[in-house]
Amino acid sequence: MNAPEKKIGAPMNRVDGRQKVTGAAKYAAEYDLPNMAYAVLVGSTIAKGRLSSIDTKAAERAPGVLAVITHLNAPKAPGAKPAGKDPSQPQTVGSALQVFLDDNIRFNDQPIAVVVADTLERARFAARLVKAQYAPEKHQTNLEANKANAFLPTQAKKNPKSGAADYQRGQVDAYKTGALKLEAEYVIPTEVHHPMELQAITAHWEAPDRLTLYDKTQGTMATRRDFARQWGLPEANVKVIATYVGGAFGNALHSWPHESAAIIAAKVVNRPVKLMLTREQMFTMVGYRPYTWQKIGMSATADGKITAITHESIGQTSTYEEFVEATLGQTKMMYESPNLTTRYRLAALDVGSPIWMRGPGEATGAFALESAMDEMAFLLNLDPLEFRLRNYTNQDPEKNRPWSSKFLKECYQAGAERVGWNKRQLKPGALRDGEWLIGYGMGVGTFGAHRGSSKASAQLLPNGTVLLQSAVTDIGPGTGTAMTQIAADTLGLAPGRIRFEWGNSDFAQAPTQGGSAIVNTVGPAVQEACLALKDKLRELAAGGNSAFASAKKEDVVLADTHLTLTGNPTARAPYTDLVKQAGGTAVTVESKPSGEGQKVSMYSFSVHFAEVRVHELTGEVRVSKLISCADAGTIINEKTAGNQMKGGAVGGIGMALMEHAIIDDRFGRYVTKDLADYHVPVHADSPAVEVFFVNKPDPYVNQLGTKGIGEIATIGVAPAIANAVFNATGKRVRELPITPDKLV
Amino acid sequence: MATNHEPDVPANHNEDRRTFLKQSSLLTALALVPGPVVSAAEAKLDERVAEAIEQVPLSLKVNGKKLKLKVEPRTTLLDLLRENLHLTGTKKGCDYGQCGACTVHVDGQRVNSCLSFAVMHDGQEITTIEGLADGDKLHPMQEAFVKHDGFQCGYCTPGQIMSAVACVREGHAGSEEEIREYMSGNICRCGAYPNIVAAIQDVKQGGQKV
Ligand code: FES
Ligand code: FES
Repeated sequence: MNAPEKKIGAPMNRVDGRQKVTGAAKYAAEYDLPNMAYAVLVGSTIAKGRLSSIDTKAAERAPGVLAVITHLNAPKAPGAKPAGKDPSQPQTVGSALQVFLDDNIRFNDQPIAVVVADTLERARFAARLVKAQYAPEKHQTNLEANKANAFLPTQAKKNPKSGAADYQRGQVDAYKTGALKLEAEYVIPTEVHHPMELQAITAHWEAPDRLTLYDKTQGTMATRRDFARQWGLPEANVKVIATYVGGAFGNALHSWPHESAAIIAAKVVNRPVKLMLTREQMFTMVGYRPYTWQKIGMSATADGKITAITHESIGQTSTYEEFVEATLGQTKMMYESPNLTTRYRLAALDVGSPIWMRGPGEATGAFALESAMDEMAFLLNLDPLEFRLRNYTNQDPEKNRPWSSKFLKECYQAGAERVGWNKRQLKPGALRDGEWLIGYGMGVGTFGAHRGSSKASAQLLPNGTVLLQSAVTDIGPGTGTAMTQIAADTLGLAPGRIRFEWGNSDFAQAPTQGGSAIVNTVGPAVQEACLALKDKLRELAAGGNSAFASAKKEDVVLADTHLTLTGNPTARAPYTDLVKQAGGTAVTVESKPSGEGQKVSMYSFSVHFAEVRVHELTGEVRVSKLISCADAGTIINEKTAGNQMKGGAVGGIGMALMEHAIIDDRFGRYVTKDLADYHVPVHADSPAVEVFFVNKPDPYVNQLGTKGIGEIATIGVAPAIANAVFNATGKRVRELPITPDKLV
Repeated sequence: MATNHEPDVPANHNEDRRTFLKQSSLLTALALVPGPVVSAAEAKLDERVAEAIEQVPLSLKVNGKKLKLKVEPRTTLLDLLRENLHLTGTKKGCDYGQCGACTVHVDGQRVNSCLSFAVMHDGQEITTIEGLADGDKLHPMQEAFVKHDGFQCGYCTPGQIMSAVACVREGHAGSEEEIREYMSGNICRCGAYPNIVAAIQDVKQGGQKV
């Protein structure tokens, strides 16, 4: 039998493509359970203070209403804790926030009631009849006004080795004494994930102590853990299903108030309850990329060697959770600089908690760092690509150890060629096409190549299909497809004979999808489960056929209907016999990182090159070319990986040119309330992004050689566009987004 | 000082009507019955009142099937499809006509079903993503989306495909630029735009009947 063609690397169509194009894929609010009830949240209309009274009578009397739940009548989940009452002991982000525990208001639109009715229309109508009165206190929602109160995060105080702690190499703030120096401040406004699927959950108490959640989450096991704890249940009694997740980009990395509310509501009405947020509520209670102020000081020698960098940042968090991200990570390791200082601070405001948004802090930090690199190159009268090459790091200057792999120079070259970098002029505003000014810019990105431990299970079905299961979710990158390809190669089977099932907390343990770590982590587990299955099948076959007893697992072949051995076609064990044996064929394995990675620094790298056209009179910016190049190790599926890169680049266009959530500080309330106020890129904003992968395996991260794509797809895009705008116009915009008013 | 910050609740005619009916008729008769019984009766009455005045008959043809329905006038076409008919392929991405996730065809025209009340479509023909394929055979646009990987999470996809089919039929798929312009009402937050445009061009250039 000929082994099927290798599937790893092939541009295979998605295994769930048919479901997605026919509408058969079911998302969290699309399960049809008998006797479904609908829940609608009522939010506070002040940002801080107390709820002095709440009148639910009219709502209760409205037709079809089953319950109106507030802190006055909500059943208390045994494990529920009020959110950080004592500001000196803030929770770290990651634990579930309970609702309806007390009368405290911590942010505007905080849920103060949930109305449950037999139809969505009736629940929505009745929710408007709930009347609340407040005792407001003075709120703070503006980071700029609160910079003076910024503090070192608790985790950094406790652990000086934490990534959030102050970092120093060489002299402190040495840039200040440099001959050639720059100092600049950069601002990223609050940006909101806004996946197309509104946050939704269907909560169903199947018994008084058994809870099933169809939920929009990136981690079925994390969600199970959170709500099992909240309700004092064994984890085995809570099941979380998230087969299809309509995008998330980080906002489903946390358990949110609406999830708690739906679970309480389902408990009270003793029916399955469906709750979907409105687009307006997506601004207020399911996280966002925090408003962040940054300052960079940089000095260099006249021949373009960086001598010192100081990078400071203050990010926004809530009063009840400390949200920390790696804003300054890239600065510590991207360029050679003998002197380097970083300071990371938080300012707590009366807002909902932020949460990692694609590329998270690294994307925020890269906007400042990569803009500053461009500014310094300009000061030096150097090509920015040449300036980066002169400060290229051949080993990690932060940890003083080699890179596990780094092919960033290959990316530079590929990207520069594709965008036509040679057309770029050092002098801004030198290229034009009629009224359109043309400019070129680049931005570099990096993100840790993380790998954790994970399990995977595999079993043979009587028809010769191999069923693999993992609790992991697929929020869009094509995890299911990549895993199928890995399994197909490991078992020597056509992908059609693999069935990979995901998105269920009852399946084999897997981490939350995020941090570009899923293929790195779950991929090896799938591969090892497949090998273990081969061995198990060989063992089972050995009982009836001695040829299998002495065979090596590498020689085991899964033919169409039976197991056989390479070079020994007479060895035959029919699948129908194997699956009948006691105990079945199922195997579950756990795959963990080897200690090898401790000796090296493991990162994915990217560079993005942009060509922009800026209209001279209106300040309109069009991204006419975007080339994204990545050193992400082995590429499992060129088609889905390429798509992920393009999507990250489009996200970067949003960050650079339009995304901006605005709070009216007088009321502490968002004035951007929908997608007409908060702009995200549409078709017309997006060029045909070109993608280049180095596609060389990393020898350390795992046996597959992968490093991760999701974050580096976005990190570095916004500064590439900002730098291109400078090159086109001579205007340096240090506060995103680059809207026309900043250019005319 | 306590202040009242409740949002404006516009006068609601349904509620007024219901309150009026309750006060003027049966409730007076029930006034002497003990409290808990009154509220139970009141709830039942509410149901009957609601049934009588809130439900409107509606005939629709959905994906080729004739349906006779009763719906509340405030039910959007989108919620009717998703919640009452369980055709969840049509997605809710904003409910305000800003994202295109809910795009369906009404008598062949692309429409944001969240922006349109179900009762406005009496006698009309609705096609949703579930009605696009010919049995097991995918529509050429669905095939092209799979081939070009014109999606990631898949949530905007039914809307993109319904819009894409209309875009080609309308004759607005002549160039990449034109496709981008005429598809801009369909947001894809995953950013699969380049692949969506490639899929539409493929169908257009392939000359298949859409
Ligand atoms: S849900 Fe209808 S346009 Fe967004
Ligand atoms: S595929 Fe996720 S929003 Fe378009």
